[in-house]
Amino acid sequence: MSDRPISSTLHPLKTFQRLFGYIFKGYKLQLVFVVISILISAIAGTLGIVFTKVLIDNFIVPLMKQENPDFSQLLSVLLIMLVVYYVGVICTYIYNRLMIIIAQGVLKDIRDEMFEHMEKLSIRYFDQHTTGDVMSRYTNDADTLRQMISQSLPQTFSALITVISIIVAMFALNIPLTFFVLFMLLIMVSVTRLVANKSGQYFSKQQYAIGEVNGYVEEMIEGQKVVKVFNHEKRAQEQFALLNENLYQQSALANTYASILMPILGNLGNFSYLLTAVVGSILSITGIAPLTLGVLASFVQFTKAITQPVSQISQQLNSVIMAIAGAERIFNLFDEVPEENSGKIQLVNAKYNETGKIEETLEKTGQWAWKKMEQDGSVHYIPLTGDVRFKDVTFGYNKNKVILHDLSLFAKPGQKIAFVGATGAGKTTITNLINRFYDIDEGEILYDGLNIKSINKNDLRRSLGIVLQDTHLFTGTIRENIRYGRLEATDEEVIAAAKLANVHEFISKLPHGYDTFITGDGGSLSQGQRQLLAIARAAVADPPVLILDEATSNIDTRTESIIQRGMDSLMKGRTVFVIAHRLSTVRNSNAIIVLDQGRIIERGSHDDLMEQKGNYYQLYTGAFELS
Amino acid sequence: MYKKLFQSLRSFRKNSILTVIFIALEVAMEIMIPFLMAKIIDKGFETKDISYIIKIGSIMFFCALFSMTAGVLSGKFSSEAAAGFSRNIRKDVFDAIQTFSFGNMDKFSTPSLITRLTTDITNIQMAYQMVLKIIVRAPLMLLFSFGMALIINARLALTILAAIPLLGGALIFIVIKVHPIFLQVFKKYDFLNQIVQENINGIRVVKSFVREREEVKKFHVASEEVKKYFVKAEKILALNSPVMQFAIYTCMLLISWFGAKFIVAGSMTTGELMSFIAYLMQILSSLMMISMIFVMVVISEASIERVVEVLEEKSDLSNGPQPIYELENGAVTFEQVSFKYDPKAAKNDLENLDFTILSGETIGIIGGTGSGKSSLVQLIPRLYDVVSGVVKVGGKSVRDYDLATLREEIAVVLQKNTLFSGTILENLRWGNEKATLAEVQRACQLAQADSFIQEFPDKYETLIDQGGSNVSGGQKQRLCIARALLKKPKILILDDSTSAVDTKTDSLIRKAFREEIPETTKIIVGQRISSIEDADKIIVLHEGQVNGIGTHEELLRDNVIYQEVYYSQKKGVGMDE
Repeated sequence: MSDRPISSTLHPLKTFQRLFGYIFKGYKLQLVFVVISILISAIAGTLGIVFTKVLIDNFIVPLMKQENPDFSQLLSVLLIMLVVYYVGVICTYIYNRLMIIIAQGVLKDIRDEMFEHMEKLSIRYFDQHTTGDVMSRYTNDADTLRQMISQSLPQTFSALITVISIIVAMFALNIPLTFFVLFMLLIMVSVTRLVANKSGQYFSKQQYAIGEVNGYVEEMIEGQKVVKVFNHEKRAQEQFALLNENLYQQSALANTYASILMPILGNLGNFSYLLTAVVGSILSITGIAPLTLGVLASFVQFTKAITQPVSQISQQLNSVIMAIAGAERIFNLFDEVPEENSGKIQLVNAKYNETGKIEETLEKTGQWAWKKMEQDGSVHYIPLTGDVRFKDVTFGYNKNKVILHDLSLFAKPGQKIAFVGATGAGKTTITNLINRFYDIDEGEILYDGLNIKSINKNDLRRSLGIVLQDTHLFTGTIRENIRYGRLEATDEEVIAAAKLANVHEFISKLPHGYDTFITGDGGSLSQGQRQLLAIARAAVADPPVLILDEATSNIDTRTESIIQRGMDSLMKGRTVFVIAHRLSTVRNSNAIIVLDQGRIIERGSHDDLMEQKGNYYQLYTGAFELS
Repeated sequence: MYKKLFQSLRSFRKNSILTVIFIALEVAMEIMIPFLMAKIIDKGFETKDISYIIKIGSIMFFCALFSMTAGVLSGKFSSEAAAGFSRNIRKDVFDAIQTFSFGNMDKFSTPSLITRLTTDITNIQMAYQMVLKIIVRAPLMLLFSFGMALIINARLALTILAAIPLLGGALIFIVIKVHPIFLQVFKKYDFLNQIVQENINGIRVVKSFVREREEVKKFHVASEEVKKYFVKAEKILALNSPVMQFAIYTCMLLISWFGAKFIVAGSMTTGELMSFIAYLMQILSSLMMISMIFVMVVISEASIERVVEVLEEKSDLSNGPQPIYELENGAVTFEQVSFKYDPKAAKNDLENLDFTILSGETIGIIGGTGSGKSSLVQLIPRLYDVVSGVVKVGGKSVRDYDLATLREEIAVVLQKNTLFSGTILENLRWGNEKATLAEVQRACQLAQADSFIQEFPDKYETLIDQGGSNVSGGQKQRLCIARALLKKPKILILDDSTSAVDTKTDSLIRKAFREEIPETTKIIVGQRISSIEDADKIIVLHEGQVNGIGTHEELLRDNVIYQEVYYSQKKGVGMDE
């Protein structure tokens, strides 16, 4: 399967049509101008060659017979040609300019749509595709598209028009010789296809070899420190040399075929050039097809002029095929079904009016309500309290492996619920279900009595603050990164959140303080510092429900105990779900849920569970076994 | 810069030279054809001499055939030369990276090294092949064609000579104008890719904060910038072909006018006019090609720079003059050791460390985030060199050992660890290539990994995905420990290597260490008191300095930081019991 040629895309025609749809949709008018300009420009070129015939037969030959040659007529024809030529030049410029605008415009449209669509896709999509895979659609695939739209398409079209207009001109001048030229052309096209086919095959092999080398390089460089610690350099080099050698072989072959095409085509052009001259002369001399010197001269030029567009088309063909493959990959992303979001219930700021009834308000009251439209059009407000219940929830990331079995649990408003269990027990999975990163297979999850599927996903997520185990920061200042939690947060609120997470001091010591610019996911910060920033980010969001998934795993226990007070005040009055390895951090939870292989095996407060002397007791005391 | 790069050419110098020779031959033959054409038209057609036509025609035929052969050969040689060149560069860069120290590695980011080894080298290969072919072909073609034009009609040739600097000037102007804009384009492109990458990696953050709309807005701004600069650059490049056409057409008209006059006056023939036009075309298209390679070189220059940067990076660690190939025992001594990662940094990351570890001892190292725990242990197998002071292993300075020997005897389980794609067995055998299955299994038992490996359907033959994504964090850590154990090291360093392992398993691992490998020096960096409290000695690090050394009991009595850490982890224990 691996050496399947690149050209075997599934629906090349459909993909092409679809791509063309993008060009056509936004740039109809420009496209019309492009077509007209290309037509004029190509015809001007062809007329130039026909002009050779006119020059020789109508001027040079008759003038040679005159005693006092009069060049004024020639001058006026030359002036006409000057106009024709320069109009052609202007048209060339116009279509080149327009094509750039079209190509870059279409590319931007496609990129934007790709990104917009990507943002709508479910987490599942990102689970199933590696970063590199998705990235290459923005880089490699988009690049081949740009090449095709801005260069291959206009060049191919222009070449096609040139070929057609030359053929028409040839037929007008001399029919038998035209057939001869066409015959030569046919040979050239077949040779081209033969070589191009071969080169295509090797190119896909080369592509595969590149993939192998890149994969190996990626793995070895990522693990380079391990390689060194294990003195594994020699073996890594040996393995790499093998893959590298294979790439060399394939690449040399593929490029050989690609680069012999030009000399072959060029000299086939030369053959047809000289054969046209020879055959034309003989046809004319023997009287089979008499032709003038001008016609012969034009034909000789035609054969040269027609070689170029033919080789151009053949060269562009490969890049068109590659671009179509790229476009198909991009469209595959477009065709991914976005995250379902049919929930209608919205989250609104709320306040209680004089009569004690809850009503919607625009100001930030710190009170929230779910706004539910009833069938009859009446609006119904349900106060957000943070009551979360799982009812017989069954879930698996894929159909044949169930992660959570028939899980039921509840968290009452303001409660702190902790999940405890071994890696793979399903702790993170549960939190991923509350914010609907994944949808459950069976059962239901209720939030303030509402099925979470009936709540608008964005509003659902807005009501939940999450600190994840893997911290991701974004390029920008530290201030912007904290403010990510709530865009309208004031500077004071940002600083307050940083203080709560105990990073204010650290940030203040940086040369640029809160305006310190972070790039590359905050690579210059330690894991612990990044995690503290993530906590500040969640704190500034001020959500009614908090999910802390190993939020302090990279923070040493001493710092953790320092930020404990801040964390406590952050958790106060909110429903909190906590996942932690360190059991000491979950002791004060209202309920601790012990999970094992997707099932709840114990539930209770720390004291209850210690008394039960079950699994939790063992886990907890396990830490003290040796003391 | 180029000198360094071309050192990688080696055996492909021959192919490169052959390419040049065959291209020269190809061009020489090709140049004959229009010249002969003039003869056919003038002598053959006008005098109706068929045998002459066939004679000249045959010569032309052989010229074309010869030119084609030379062309095909040059194509083959240039492809091999370019592919071989890139193979050698790739090998040299990869080998260079293998000699890098951790310090060198830190200087380059991992993704940037990967790009250099992949995309950048591919760019160089393409540029080299293009340059190889065109750099000879275009100037030769230009010279030969002009020479032929001079022979046919010197006066006419001198007229078009005026067009060459004009066109050349215009093309160079375009290249110069476009270059800085393209550099901008690359930057904008990088930024765009960065946004995409951040969004893919941080998609959970984006979604949980419902920031899709803001991210899309951010992306739109970036993609608009890319578009803007691309259009700006390509608008200038778009001048290329009209300028070219303008030159061709203008010359054509001039030649037609003067040519007609010359022919009528009898100083030129029709056939000569035809071949003159053919040479003109070749001259102008050569100019076009030359301007094209300028663009190619400009684009690949950035790639070359980045590759050469790696090639020129010298490993900052090397063996001493008389390296020692044997490590006597697992004793470790730090004598007034100071260290910093960044030589330009004002403050040391480790300051004046002074302590001794006896062979066979178990040492715990504890301290807050950024206190220097990992830095400390990385000095022992000489992953970095100290700034001042001496690190001694087995009584001798680490600098006196052969690096490979040192690292063979000291096993480090890094904090950020990696498994490689392949089976579990293959991964474990990194520790010892020749380990028998029984040995591997025993190491796994010590590391408490055997039990879960046995649960996999394929047991030790289970395939690990790239980066070890199909095993849990705790399982990965245990595999990494087993891999290190297989080295049968004199010193075993665990840098926070059991953080994802539950406390019970963690204690089982330590128990196994104590009982099964008592002679090995064990240095355990940990966050949990429970992981280190049974050590012979515990080192408390604080802001790069030793804050206290002693047993658990001693430290609990005397060391404030240790007490704080201890109580932060065991808060309220007393109430339960």
